[in-house]
Amino acid sequence: MAVIRGSMPSFELFQPTSVDAALALIGRHGAAARILGGGLDTFDALQDRVVQPAALVDLGGIAELQGIREVGGGLEIGAMTTLAEIARHPIVQSQFAVLARAAGAVGSPQIRNQGTLGGNVSQSTRCWYYRSGWTCYRAGGNSCFADTPTAVNREHAIFDLDRCVAVNPSDTAPALVALDAQMVVRSSRGERVVAAEDYFLGPDIDITRMTILDAGDLLTAIRVPATWAGAHFQFEKVRDRKVWDFPLVNIATAMKMSNGIIRDIRLVVNAVAARPRRLHEVENAVRGKPRDAATATLAGELAIKGAQPLRHNTYKVALTRNLVQRAIRG
Amino acid sequence: MSDYKLIGHNYITPDLVAKVTGQAKYAEDVRADGMLVCRLLGSPMPHARVRRIDASAALAMPGVRAILTADDLPVPPVAAAPSPPPAPGTSPAPAARSGAAGEGGRRGQRAIAVDEHGQPIGGAAPTPAAAAPAGTLVKAEAALTMEPLYEGEPILAIAAVDEPTAVAAIERIAIDFEPLPFVVDPLEGLRPGSPNARREGNVLLQGNRIVELKWTDADFAAAALGQLPAGAVPDGDAWSFGDVDAGFTDAALVVDESFVIPTTSHIPLEPRSAMAYWQNGKLYMHCSTQSLAQSVPAIARYCGISPSQVVLISPYTGGAFGGKNPAYLHVAIPALLAKKTGQPVMMKITRDDEMNIGRSRPGMIGRAKVGFAKDGRITAIDLFVVSDGGPYGRGDHGSGARLASVLYQPKAMRFRGVGVLTNTVPRGSQRGPGMQIAPAMELVISKAARTLGIDQVAIHRINAPAGKAPVGPPQRDGSRRYVTSAFVKEALDKGADLFGWHERKAASGTRHGSKVRGVGVAVGTYSAGSVGYDGLLTIEPDGKLYIQSGCGHLGTNSVFDTTRAAAEALDMPWDKVVITQGDSTRNLPWSCSQGGSQTAHAHTRANWAAGLDAKRKLQEIAAKDLGGRAEDYTVGGERVYRTGAPGRGLTFAQAAKRAIDLGGAYDGHELPSEINAMTKASATALAGRGLMGVAKDTFKHDGDTMSFVAGFAEVEVDVETGEFAVVDYTAVVDVGTVLHPRNCQGQTYGGSLLGMAHAIGHRWVYDRHYGLALARRFYHSKPPSLLDAPRFQWAAVNLPDPETPVGVRGVGEPPVGAAYGAVVNALVDALGDDAFRRTPVMADSVLASFEAGGKPARGALAFHV
Ligand SMILES: Cc1cc2nc3c(=O)[nH]c(=O)nc-3n(C[C@H](O)[C@H](O)[C@H](O)COP(=O)(O)OP(=O)(O)OC[C@H]3O[C@@H](n4cnc5c(N)ncnc54)[C@H](O)[C@@H]3O)c2cc1C
Repeated sequence: MAVIRGSMPSFELFQPTSVDAALALIGRHGAAARILGGGLDTFDALQDRVVQPAALVDLGGIAELQGIREVGGGLEIGAMTTLAEIARHPIVQSQFAVLARAAGAVGSPQIRNQGTLGGNVSQSTRCWYYRSGWTCYRAGGNSCFADTPTAVNREHAIFDLDRCVAVNPSDTAPALVALDAQMVVRSSRGERVVAAEDYFLGPDIDITRMTILDAGDLLTAIRVPATWAGAHFQFEKVRDRKVWDFPLVNIATAMKMSNGIIRDIRLVVNAVAARPRRLHEVENAVRGKPRDAATATLAGELAIKGAQPLRHNTYKVALTRNLVQRAIRG
Repeated sequence: MSDYKLIGHNYITPDLVAKVTGQAKYAEDVRADGMLVCRLLGSPMPHARVRRIDASAALAMPGVRAILTADDLPVPPVAAAPSPPPAPGTSPAPAARSGAAGEGGRRGQRAIAVDEHGQPIGGAAPTPAAAAPAGTLVKAEAALTMEPLYEGEPILAIAAVDEPTAVAAIERIAIDFEPLPFVVDPLEGLRPGSPNARREGNVLLQGNRIVELKWTDADFAAAALGQLPAGAVPDGDAWSFGDVDAGFTDAALVVDESFVIPTTSHIPLEPRSAMAYWQNGKLYMHCSTQSLAQSVPAIARYCGISPSQVVLISPYTGGAFGGKNPAYLHVAIPALLAKKTGQPVMMKITRDDEMNIGRSRPGMIGRAKVGFAKDGRITAIDLFVVSDGGPYGRGDHGSGARLASVLYQPKAMRFRGVGVLTNTVPRGSQRGPGMQIAPAMELVISKAARTLGIDQVAIHRINAPAGKAPVGPPQRDGSRRYVTSAFVKEALDKGADLFGWHERKAASGTRHGSKVRGVGVAVGTYSAGSVGYDGLLTIEPDGKLYIQSGCGHLGTNSVFDTTRAAAEALDMPWDKVVITQGDSTRNLPWSCSQGGSQTAHAHTRANWAAGLDAKRKLQEIAAKDLGGRAEDYTVGGERVYRTGAPGRGLTFAQAAKRAIDLGGAYDGHELPSEINAMTKASATALAGRGLMGVAKDTFKHDGDTMSFVAGFAEVEVDVETGEFAVVDYTAVVDVGTVLHPRNCQGQTYGGSLLGMAHAIGHRWVYDRHYGLALARRFYHSKPPSLLDAPRFQWAAVNLPDPETPVGVRGVGEPPVGAAYGAVVNALVDALGDDAFRRTPVMADSVLASFEAGGKPARGALAFHV
């Protein structure tokens, strides 16, 4: 049957006002339901008619999912808190600046006013083959169109390629991993709390989704522990346009220093693989070392070990190396 | 010029409030009782034949009213009789071709010949009509097709009670396709044994004939790595003047480089939605268009009816950039569906549709071999260009060569080009078509400047056109055409000052942390005026001046700005002027096609002519009533009075009443014979309302009117990330007398940003194995955003063009190539001569070149990546 794009499919819209009501709705509709945060990832998938859910559960009316609360020196951020609110929040700015900067680097002011933190970390890939409705692995098919000799894959993965070469495009995800944030997930079966690092899935684990969220799961909050409050933070994002653009590569760093020595560090890059890539090996290598050019060089080289660039994205290797060096060098 | 009260002064255009308050109604805002909505179904393949359409399930759905396919379209009446290219020296082609009335395009006027997109027809002197034309005659592009030639080409449309129903119905249609061979890269299409984009061949000639042209393996093998091979080209696409060989022999330096230029879509923010209904045998069409008067006959042609059956309502257009001129052929879809159903039909064009059927600028590979004397003077240019014609076009190489010939004033030049058909989106003129040759030429020129130790500004200055500078290929008699005037050296000098060229240049190349800066300059040009159109106005008994404007309101405001010439001629205060535009029933005069930056020139002339006509009539009436000769009377202060005796005169209101009493020519009951039929009909309808000024522009005009811009750019590149910014940009325009400074500045900024877009990010991307487009959304195709815009500075040379009464030339297109070239030169300055051989330059190419020690990705002449 003919394929046409650019038109909202029909669906039933639900606007619950409590998490329990939302859970009941998504429990009832199962895989036919789709959760609606700010809609920025959802609406163009709907408009392209690539997804056609029977029910849309809009979280916009649930007060308990909104806002930023201080909890024991850390923060609990409701999943529906907008990126703009996070970027301008005084405590996020003063204590967890890496998150403020990451949220502030997303898309454009309009996108940040509408996009939510929960949605931003749960968004799907922007691989243009997948998003255009090609029947690739991620869409349940049996090939990857972005990894053929003629594919245009400048924006694709250089790490952990496993059939699918799509990347996670989120700016806030690496910042949350760097801060060791905890994701609070609820379903009708109860609540579980998962480290941000474990929230994201690569194609080796599940090629059709990017997070651990199952049908019936709701991300209710993101907890940022006090552990890294006030540390040295860096966030850098490289993109083609200064606004309205996803990262080519981004990097989030949290670092504790004393006397010029790196005491502890978490270093995460995104848009280089299907999930944010925490650079454990680099962290281990630079811990205890001075923050200088030599350490930076070492870190840069370690960071790109095992990179497997595609035809059009070799530059991402140099870019990742340089961004890591810069993060260490300061 | 400083005596003008209106020309050269800022004012608030009459559309401002409607636009900023959202009251302005665009085509898609229009509603009518019983209105249906139609949507298009595009081809899922790059080239196929539709074997069978089964729409039975769709048509059986409640709310679905009709289907339209290619079979329902009118047979194009002119397919068998392609018009020959107009001879140089004739008036603009659109008028001659559009069929409404030929007078607008009468021979004998010296003006630049432009095609229906306003693109100058700058080909070689026509070869004498001898042998039967080569190739297969094919039909022109139609609104719907049974043999789609690109992904997204519309096959059918469904009209239903609402959009969701139309879309759901389309999803129930079954189509049986026979896939056909395709090609997305023009250079690939020239390889021996490669598939052709169309069954008839791969190269479109003038007159809709298609031939097959393949280069040999030897042609490809002869080219050095990274150089464009130079195989055979069609006859009409080659010309030369001067002694090219001697030019190279005598040169102190010869630089020879190939460069890949992207295809870019026009992306007007208003897509080409259109709403149509029929009443009393007439088609009422609401759509967006670049040109109002000229779109009436065009719409008639698209719909297979006569111009007198078309009512066009188009008071606002949300951008066009060359892609809606005149209107667009898809207006036939709602028109014919409305006829079929007897109900109004809104054709909704989505962004996805617009990316497909909206036009795109042809990409190119240009190889420029240029010889330079020691002082930087260009001794010879040998330019070879392959352009991407898309499925229906010829490409922009001819126009590009013409622009190069005037910009750099070579003593000798040879040009060869070929436009190759591809199964990618249809190409059309985009603001400054041909300007995309800029990076190919500029890269070579700035490289030569560095090699010869000459300043970039100096090398542009020594080669700059001045006065009645020659332009284009030789004509039949061997002579070359020339421009009306050029003040490029003045623009370069003024720009260098304003920009602070020398200080910035001194600082360029120095590293601050990971940042390095570079500066670049380039000159851009484009046609900037035509002649021979009509002006129409009345001074009515209420004392006001009513000016009819047949121009389209495409956002440039020339529809209003040009009327100021009429008011100026009559010394009429602006608050007493009422402008009528935007609706073909409202008695508008014949006007130029709004491509090729013609309007500001063409319609200041036409309005000036109408203003002078009214002025003469005022003087004659005063002389009749108050004695003496007409010349004894002065027009000013809303009166006509005896010179030296201001008390003896008539107010405009009184004169208007007297004109009505006198009748005849005074109130429009007798009309000049040379005006166009559309103007005549409009003037006849307005006759008796007051004193009429109506005239055709017959002012003298010698040369091709072209405008020029000198652009200066500074970029800052982060060598660790490849990110860069255009931090500063200065443009100095040589556009004759500045008509409306704020608008001129706005046009310069907009045009410059479009030019920069080609340098810094805007792109089309195809998967060549599947022939399908990937960069369908703005975040893929990456036109620059507001924050990518540099700090802008603007100035004008402001010297009147001597070949037009108020000295005004057009400004819309010349800024584009200047900015493109200047930014490329600035990037080369920052990154090194060999850092890149294609645009857009983006973080990846910058980093890749740094990683490779300043070398470009050689051997990669591929398109659409
Ligand atoms: C033009 C454009 C540019 C952009 N640029 C960037 C960028 O530069 N950087 C960047 O990081 N992002 C970017 N984005 C993405 C944007 O920032 C949004 O954050 C993101 O698309 C999703 O957020 P949302 O709130 O709109 O979520 P939605 O679109 O509503 O949801 C996204 C996904 O998450 C699911 N979801 C949402 N909330 C929950 C929840 N509480 N529990 C469970 N599942 C949930 C939805 O079902 C859906 O699958 C861009 C988007 C656009 C359209």
